[in-house]
Amino acid sequence: MAGIFTRLLGKFFRNLFKKKKQVKLGLYGPPNGGKTTLANKICKDWLGEEMGSVSNISHETREIQIKEEITIKSKGRELTFNLVDTPGIATKIDYEEFIKEGLKEKEAKSRAKEATKGVIDSIKWLDDMDVVIVVLDASKDPYTQVNITIIGNLEARDIPVLLVGNKVDLKKADIKKVQSAFPQYEVIGISAKYGNNLDDFYEALFRVTD
Amino acid sequence: MLTLQFVPHREIEGLDSIHRVNKLLKIVKEEKIILLEGRLKSHEETDLISKTMEEIDNKFKGIELSAINPESSETKDVWQKLRSMFINMVLGDRGGFTIIGPASIIKDIKKDPNKIQLFTEESPKR
Repeated sequence: MAGIFTRLLGKFFRNLFKKKKQVKLGLYGPPNGGKTTLANKICKDWLGEEMGSVSNISHETREIQIKEEITIKSKGRELTFNLVDTPGIATKIDYEEFIKEGLKEKEAKSRAKEATKGVIDSIKWLDDMDVVIVVLDASKDPYTQVNITIIGNLEARDIPVLLVGNKVDLKKADIKKVQSAFPQYEVIGISAKYGNNLDDFYEALFRVTD
Repeated sequence: MLTLQFVPHREIEGLDSIHRVNKLLKIVKEEKIILLEGRLKSHEETDLISKTMEEIDNKFKGIELSAINPESSETKDVWQKLRSMFINMVLGDRGGFTIIGPASIIKDIKKDPNKIQLFTEESPKR
């Protein structure tokens, strides 16, 4: 309790003495949920350029990436934010998994080292977010402790959350399952890769940042 | 052979968050699976993940973690929620239990609101 209070107090004072120019919108979730694919889609739609590289090998994003001053528009409204793409949060990282996925041993060990640092950075940055989009792979089990821990931390910090069930283009995707795992949140099903349902996603973004 | 170590809540209730996390991680690094009475606070869970990441090397691959709370908030009415809040304030987060184990032994933990399944490696790496 004291820890949460200290963090909230810290955030309050930081915000008090810092002129907040834009909303910091964070993309959080487990690895390979499609955070960077979504970040790229948002940037492409509104800035005309992509943000970061994507890969089938997990932990492709190992550093915090920020794209500043993205303005989205809908029905006469405007929303400007700094988009923060974060490395996926995981409880385990095994360099041997990267070798199985095709990397050389040295490369795999280096990727694992960078990935562990990325997870730590993602967690550190939680305190700085104004709004968070939690990006989950809708074709996977939503009842994982990583998902629950991320959402629990955002709740404890009183940070508004938008839950996105990504990869609805996949046959195994089950948005109802994601919704039933987190009934207290609105879940928007999208395919960041193919741009499915992005209009609903942008509408939901306006609602959650209101 | 799998070793399951029960950690009663009273063993961690007097510790601050850093020491709780360190104590639990020390047990996990001894290749034991912890059955913790109650739950960690949400920021302690992220502290545990961060500390785990710091400790990962070629031998220690990380942890698997799962918390079960049979009194999940969506099944409660207002009175039950207030009662739980009061009990948590007085006794700490004793509801439910938490499983924490080394990723080298626990391959996966699957759960839905009513059950939990632990998938272990066939022959734990030593």
